Amino acid sequence: MNSVIQATGYILAHTPDMLVHNGTTQTAERAANPQSEYLQQMPRYLRNYQQAIEYLPNQTYIGNLTPEQLAQIDQPWYDKKAEGAVRFGKFGEIMPQDEFLLLMQSCDVFDLVWLSKTFVECTKPRLSSHPLIGEDILSKIKDGVEQESVERYVHVEHAEPLYHLGELVGFVKRAHDVDINLSAHVMLENLVSKATSVLALLHLIHRAGIDKSAVSYVIDCSEEACGDMNQRGGGNFAKAAAETAGLTNATGCDIRAFCAAPAHALILAASLVSAGTHQNVVVTAGGCTAKLGMNGKDHVKKGIPLLEDVLGGFAVLVSKNDGVNPEIDTFLSGRHTVGTGSSPQAVITALVTEPLDRGGLKITDIDKYSVEMQNPDITKPAGAGDVPLSNYKMIAALAVKRGEIERDEIGAFVEKHGMVGWAPTQGHIPSGVPYLGFACDEILQGKISRAMIIGKGSLFLGRMTNLFDGVSFVLRKNTGAQEECAASEQQIRSMIAKAMREFAENMMREQR
Amino acid sequence: MLKGAKVVVIGDRDGIPGPAIEECVRSAGAEVVFSSTECFV
Repeated sequence: MNSVIQATGYILAHTPDMLVHNGTTQTAERAANPQSEYLQQMPRYLRNYQQAIEYLPNQTYIGNLTPEQLAQIDQPWYDKKAEGAVRFGKFGEIMPQDEFLLLMQSCDVFDLVWLSKTFVECTKPRLSSHPLIGEDILSKIKDGVEQESVERYVHVEHAEPLYHLGELVGFVKRAHDVDINLSAHVMLENLVSKATSVLALLHLIHRAGIDKSAVSYVIDCSEEACGDMNQRGGGNFAKAAAETAGLTNATGCDIRAFCAAPAHALILAASLVSAGTHQNVVVTAGGCTAKLGMNGKDHVKKGIPLLEDVLGGFAVLVSKNDGVNPEIDTFLSGRHTVGTGSSPQAVITALVTEPLDRGGLKITDIDKYSVEMQNPDITKPAGAGDVPLSNYKMIAALAVKRGEIERDEIGAFVEKHGMVGWAPTQGHIPSGVPYLGFACDEILQGKISRAMIIGKGSLFLGRMTNLFDGVSFVLRKNTGAQEECAASEQQIRSMIAKAMREFAENMMREQR
Repeated sequence: MLKGAKVVVIGDRDGIPGPAIEECVRSAGAEVVFSSTECFV
């Protein structure tokens, strides 16, 4: 029996100072060309928190605007505002940077994150009023250190600085003196990933309305690696985040597959639940500091705000079939295999039509396809085009080739079965999963019956293979079928008795 | 058209990946001197 998606949570953290100091586009530029025009101009293009909240794609990510509503607003979106935009949304929230730094400290169990006294005094009261952050997390925030201590650690002790509004407010210490896997830089990246994952988990549990102890397994599908020099990617973000989020009854593991990891993780979670190994499995992912401001040079060149100023996170609860919530149909799962090949036709065949053929479905039988949902406001000015649109066109082209639609219907197909992108360019965050929250709502409301979630990952970036990867699955309306009960002992006795009676009657009939 | 030409291929994961372009230009008589697929997001 298929498992179901019981709830989802989506969060963003607005971290413009991390864009400046930790995004790889900026750190690489600072190393190669410290006096560059880009670095000098960049601060003028940073958005403040209010602007990040009012940004239409961000409001869509946290569920205050549907993809359909976003599509009705002409692009570009960076010069428009979501009127009356608020921090909290149907699926989660957009956390400001100062509160996020405190959350990061509460996720640190090795005394690596330190913040200045005045910064903590100023920020802690606001985080204390957060509806989902309780004393268990707040009690881990330290009183703070003197500013001189912050300066000393950053300038003498190889600590990674933490800034807020351009001011030095804290630091992340290195966790080892020679191991680069535990350097201050890596610890900062990993603690950011953990903290965003924790925030997504808190929203998920709140939305699901379940007891935290009901979660028995957590899968982290972000793109960072934690470990030391003897086991560089040892893990495990999943259990670490589950600990801070208070999921005391859970264990878990990390799944890595570049941007395709969330789709892989959901298929695995669904299989674990369907097999009866676990009843409630959470798939979670935190955000990535390295990708902040990734396309910043192009944005600044074109006079556009630095739109990649948010970290993303999400969490999904996969549970035993309740007869109501949308089912993950793992029978309709597509795989880009080693032998698939790389032509667009081969890729779409493997991910889309092979699983559909297995279920006797046509391409047009899927109401919505969720592909790489990157926000085109970010990618188009950088020359990467409209990524979701390119993917939809490839699916439509295959539908034409199979005779399921006419060539002149490609535009209409894209409009009906596709969506505009709204997710930040945080790698795994835009990959198929941003639609799950909306998809569940739309299936429960009867607006759609089936959605296909497609995740793709650029494995070649790791230089272990030239291949890329992709997997897909179908999310569909619950059939309402409950788990078949196994025959009871009484029923089995009755069946045996009936069979023996019939056997005896036959014997007696033959003897007569 | 490409017979004898030396070609550098930069493919796009979400568009046409490198190996697919390689096959195409080779069949048109070109020599692929470098090929890579990039992820632009």
